Amino acid sequence: MGKRVGIVGVGQTHHASQRLDCSGVELIAEAVTRALDDAEVTLDDIDAIVIGNMDHFENVNYVDMWATDGLGSCMKPVIKVTTGGTTGTSVAACAYYHSASGLFDTVMAVGWEKNSESDTQAAIATCANPVLERDPFAGAIGPLATEYSMYMEAYGATEEDSARVAARDRNNAMNNIYAHNRMHVTVEDVLNSPMLSYPVKFLDMCPRSDGACAVIFSSEEKAKKLAPQPAWVHASVVRHDYTHFGDLAWQWMPTLEMATLEAYKIAGITNPVKEFDVAELYLPCSTCGVKWMDSFYFCERGQAPKLIRSGATHMDGILPINPSGGVISCNPIGATALLRVGEAAWQIMGKSGDRQIPNVKKTLSSGFGGCSWTDIMILGADLP
Amino acid sequence: MAGWKDEVEEIIFPGKICVPYSWTVGSTLSKWYVQLRDDGEIWANRCPSCGKVYVPPKIKCIDCYKDMNDWIKLPGTGTVETYTVVHYSEPGLHPKKPPFVYGVIKMDGADTGLVHLIDGVDPDKVKVGMRVQAVMAKERDGHITDIKHFKPIA
Amino acid sequence: MERVAVIGVGQTKYSAGMRETFHELVFDVATKALKDAGITIKDIDNVVSVSSDFWDGRTISSMAISDASGAFGKDISTVEGDGTFGVLYGMMRILSGSFGTTMVVAHHKGTESNMNGITNTSFDPLVERKLGLDAVSSAALQARRYMTTSGGSEEQFAMVSVKNHGNAMNNPFAMLPMEITVEDVMASRMLATPIKKLDCSPVTDGAAAVVLAAERNAKKFTTNKKRVWLNGVGHCSDAYRLGDRDLADTRALKQAAKMAYDMAGVTLDDIDVAEVYDAFSYMEPMWLEGLGFCEDGMGPEMTERGTFNMDGALPVNPSGGRLSANPVQVAGLAALIECVLQIRGEAGKRQVKKAEKALAHGINGMCGQSHCVWILGK
Repeated sequence: MGKRVGIVGVGQTHHASQRLDCSGVELIAEAVTRALDDAEVTLDDIDAIVIGNMDHFENVNYVDMWATDGLGSCMKPVIKVTTGGTTGTSVAACAYYHSASGLFDTVMAVGWEKNSESDTQAAIATCANPVLERDPFAGAIGPLATEYSMYMEAYGATEEDSARVAARDRNNAMNNIYAHNRMHVTVEDVLNSPMLSYPVKFLDMCPRSDGACAVIFSSEEKAKKLAPQPAWVHASVVRHDYTHFGDLAWQWMPTLEMATLEAYKIAGITNPVKEFDVAELYLPCSTCGVKWMDSFYFCERGQAPKLIRSGATHMDGILPINPSGGVISCNPIGATALLRVGEAAWQIMGKSGDRQIPNVKKTLSSGFGGCSWTDIMILGADLP
Repeated sequence: MAGWKDEVEEIIFPGKICVPYSWTVGSTLSKWYVQLRDDGEIWANRCPSCGKVYVPPKIKCIDCYKDMNDWIKLPGTGTVETYTVVHYSEPGLHPKKPPFVYGVIKMDGADTGLVHLIDGVDPDKVKVGMRVQAVMAKERDGHITDIKHFKPIA
Repeated sequence: MERVAVIGVGQTKYSAGMRETFHELVFDVATKALKDAGITIKDIDNVVSVSSDFWDGRTISSMAISDASGAFGKDISTVEGDGTFGVLYGMMRILSGSFGTTMVVAHHKGTESNMNGITNTSFDPLVERKLGLDAVSSAALQARRYMTTSGGSEEQFAMVSVKNHGNAMNNPFAMLPMEITVEDVMASRMLATPIKKLDCSPVTDGAAAVVLAAERNAKKFTTNKKRVWLNGVGHCSDAYRLGDRDLADTRALKQAAKMAYDMAGVTLDDIDVAEVYDAFSYMEPMWLEGLGFCEDGMGPEMTERGTFNMDGALPVNPSGGRLSANPVQVAGLAALIECVLQIRGEAGKRQVKKAEKALAHGINGMCGQSHCVWILGK
């Protein structure tokens, strides 16, 4: 069997809509340097590196090769993984498997994006099959709006419910010095913001950001030496869906349900709301912060509005979601899902500053992307 | 697997991905390009730890991962470490019509090479070990092509 | 440490201008690999796909092949780069204890896009890209540097092309089986000195898949004859800018090879056959030096002596190599599959006698910036 693995360091850049002060490679170096400092190690301690982003957002082929100077990967093993929006959790999982395999001890996962360098929606439209769906496919907002309006119709969820999630995450970001959008907003502000695609409004939706994140994983023996409190990996699960958008089931999130069930089984989770102390979830739109609660098994199907209205997911609730401000406050796409893992690790390590939840023992992180794909990582303060 | 073509007409869609890009040059290379553009000078930077001198300049030493704040002006001369005479045509990419010459120039005062064009000489006369110097473009706009090419030192 | 075996392989015939879509190619090879292993898709518990958004001309290119690779309901991830790196991730996932049987699949349709344009985007948009460099012109810089340091000649490089195209005559999967002479190579069109048309690998379409299994599953699913063990692996990257490297210095490959040899517990004498990256003819002798099969600078001379011919001390690229078919992301996976076939004794007319240990080599980046080396054995 493989080795147990813990996270021993996390670094992230200050994120912004445009980081004109640095090149892509410099942005990567900023995150890498901060992760090394956070773990109190040097590059000599790093045995292998995993990097990921989305090629067409910067138009650089072989990013793993191009990023060498920023990664510090000259004369080191390096590999690239990329899976669209889930890229961040995919690099995390890949780094985890490096260490768990016993082939490498300490491995750094790096996700990054400079979305300001291209037309994000034009680039993302090319994910659709060029002979079937590329022309009619309308970017990321339309599908999310559609799935929520279906959920509203089926279960009585409202625009206020998603606005509540938007206000929660955006206000949480006030406590996160790294976040791209930090603003105090009320539910009314969200409801009054410009309509993008009914029922999704401007303040419901994620921005696109420039930023990078680096997370250092280490196998058990080494991790115990490197960190007083590593964030141990309890489960890493990925489920991807079909190839064509038309094949998807929009009324629920099949990959999310498959992935969480498998991860809960591996980590022995039976009551997620009680057992997790924090969740850092890839919610690209506040509407997902309502509808997907069912699919995370935080409540019975259709009960998400009740859960959100109860305040259970706010900072002082039983399961705080997205203390960092989440994806609607900060979205450097290739790093976005890795930030979910890094933020959760910091909660366990007690390094979350103003957004720290007291006494965090177990966390849930998720990645979303591709064709409604889901990645899940569960971390714990105790060894699995 | 190939048999289907007897029964079905093959259709091919032509396509092109058109996405505009604007790459942020960043602190290190911006400084380099401003010196190149405004003063027609080639600068390098040096690792404070191992002393290695890089051109183009580095954000971090690739061996030591140390920040690089120590800048040096290079004389703009160097030696051809390797070269190739390009004979094929790729109009969308190539800056010149073939035949033209690319070289890696080991720059005097630096430990690394600079990849660039070699001109001002019959392509067949270019040799490894040849001494060359940078020729600056008259109109410079802050790109690698502000160095027009390298030419042999007479 | 638990051992991991290759229990099934599948590949298309490599060719140019294939009219099947790349997900149809993936479906084809995944099906072949399952059949070869004698298992069904239900026995696969995770998938690693290898794809490239640039070559495929779409973002999240792995979306296009998730159903073709049988990934629905399974754990999947995607490596961007050479297929050898995909196998590496596939093996790590098994060694972690999380999975038992991995499908690794790679595809490439080079003829659907522009090779020079795409390899140009591997260069830094802030510096070298504007100069118009691509895979061929940068390789030419490396070839000249290697001639300078080794004393190798264009004729000696041409011998690699003659050998590998000749080997391809015995490989039904190869795209360019050819009986040619050194004179033919020397007389072929000059692209970028010293590289001529017949020194270059062709633009290729194709796909390949392997099924990896943990020892417990390998023994359950397959007979001893089908199983080939992944004994060792190593990977390592050199510096990015061409000017940061001595282009003839193979230090990154040396380090990757050492990792692989140490893990496998083998010495060079143990290796019976090697599939070495040869997208350009000069690369084979240069990388053979990096792998340790000859001293630095001796590659061209030993090539001329016939050391790496089918009847030489170490047959290299019996498949015909990348010179005879180079489906970029698939290239290293095809090399690894050739090693599997050689060890199984299923290599037909190109079978190397007593092939018990084999070496497969793949690269990422321009001028072989990053290397992945595999040792496979009975």
